[in-house]
Amino acid sequence: MRSYISAYFTDEEDLLRAIKILMEKKILILDVLTPFPVHGIDKVLGLKESKLPTVGFIAGAIGTLFAFGFQTWAFVVDYPLFIGGKPHFSIPAFIPITFEVTVLFAAFAMVFAFLFRSKLGLGAKNKIHDERITDDRFVIIIEANENDEYFNNVKAILEQEEAHEIQLKEHK
Amino acid sequence: MDTNYILSKKTKQVFLSISVIGILLIALSFLFENPESKQVWMNVLLNNLYFLFLSLFGVLFIALHKIAHSGWHVSLKRIPEALSTFLPYSAALMFLLIFGMHDLYHWSHHDLHDPIIEGKSAYLNLPFFFIRMAVYFTGWIGLSYLLRKNSASQDLSNDYKFHKQGRILAALFMAFFAVTSSTMSWDWIMSVDPHWFSTLFGWFVFIGLFVSGVAAFILIIALLKAQGYLNFVNKEHLHDLGKYLFGFSIFWMYLWFFQYMLIWYSHIPEETIYFAQRLHGFPILFFTILILNFLFPFLALMTRNSKRNIKWLAMVAAVVLIGQWLNIYLMLSPGIMGETAKIGLIEIGSACLYLGGFLFVVLNALSKKPLLCKNDPFLEESFHYET
Repeated sequence: MRSYISAYFTDEEDLLRAIKILMEKKILILDVLTPFPVHGIDKVLGLKESKLPTVGFIAGAIGTLFAFGFQTWAFVVDYPLFIGGKPHFSIPAFIPITFEVTVLFAAFAMVFAFLFRSKLGLGAKNKIHDERITDDRFVIIIEANENDEYFNNVKAILEQEEAHEIQLKEHK
Repeated sequence: MDTNYILSKKTKQVFLSISVIGILLIALSFLFENPESKQVWMNVLLNNLYFLFLSLFGVLFIALHKIAHSGWHVSLKRIPEALSTFLPYSAALMFLLIFGMHDLYHWSHHDLHDPIIEGKSAYLNLPFFFIRMAVYFTGWIGLSYLLRKNSASQDLSNDYKFHKQGRILAALFMAFFAVTSSTMSWDWIMSVDPHWFSTLFGWFVFIGLFVSGVAAFILIIALLKAQGYLNFVNKEHLHDLGKYLFGFSIFWMYLWFFQYMLIWYSHIPEETIYFAQRLHGFPILFFTILILNFLFPFLALMTRNSKRNIKWLAMVAAVVLIGQWLNIYLMLSPGIMGETAKIGLIEIGSACLYLGGFLFVVLNALSKKPLLCKNDPFLEESFHYET
């Protein structure tokens, strides 16, 4: 049976300070849940930069090539028509569609990559840790397996950093 | 905190030597290239516009961020303020056009017997042209002076009323500039080809103004930082300026392309002549401008770290500044000089001459006041800013 500590905060400044102290004492933080994006929290937690932009760039580049290639094939090879006396292969006319498809590919790829990586998406189980974190509470979740001394130590730190409420919970 | 920028003798000498090199190049050009008077006036107009745009950007930047209640720019605002001090010089230089109108603007000649130009004569006539010019400069110089004065009095007093007054001035400038940025681009640039028109032209010129202004801003910050000033400007501020440069380069390309595509698509001879002249007469320059102003900054500033590295950012800004200069060159030169247009010694020389003078005026103005303003309600936010 695994258990964990969840500490509730009412203020983001307190939360950031508590995270800083916990990181300094090398206490493993499993997760931090906040009702809105908190500035600087990535840096304090030492999170790596997201790879999502790279996904966006690669998918966008594929979109560019796909849209441009497809239009070239359609208008030049497969079904050449004369439109307004323009040449079959006329780049300016292809640009708007290429641009839109690039944006479409990049956006969809990033959304799906995000859903995949964070295990969300269709059929994902709804796991709300506590309803208050969707409203006005900030939560730090810390593994509490080891022993009572460890637990008391963590609890003491959290209390000192003005944690509003500290609970010991068990994984279901 | 109360440090002033000190314009050292050495820096002054560098600016002076840039101008002297410019004068030498111009002299050489007169000796060997025999530029016609059209080319000389084209250079006056080109550099007037280019440096006017940089200094207008200074006022625009302050006004834009003031009315948007922005916090991050406050610790930087002395630099755009200094940029805007070039406006009176710009005005004086621009009124030199009185002597060069006939060389620059075909419509300024009498008895052309040209029904299209006669149809536009209610707007394009000499007295009205200079009245408009006087109105523009009165508005711009007046409001930029008041904005600077407001910021100076805010330094001395903790009164909140200066913040409110500044916002009113900023709003007035934005409303005035919204109209005049379009009309100035018709007057000075579009009327070079009096038969041609494009409804998108005002935006296109305006966005070029913004991009080149941001690039100049970044370069001045890089220069000051290299000399050991501006400790309070951190990577977050650079990141935002980098985003401006990146985003507006894309927007510049967007407007460029949609102006081009609609004209290409509808294929009306009066409209296509503008691009035909530029694309067939100057193919290398035509595509170089697109690479320098869009493709290069787009690829070079795509990642987060590239926007936060001041050396890299300054390098991209320098490339964009050159690109924007070439862009104005290509808007003016083929219209004024036709096929004989080429970039010779006189172009480089006069750009150097203006550059040295511009840098001297701006950095001299910057050294007159402390680099960090005081009492702005958003100042503290600017220090703790995070993108």
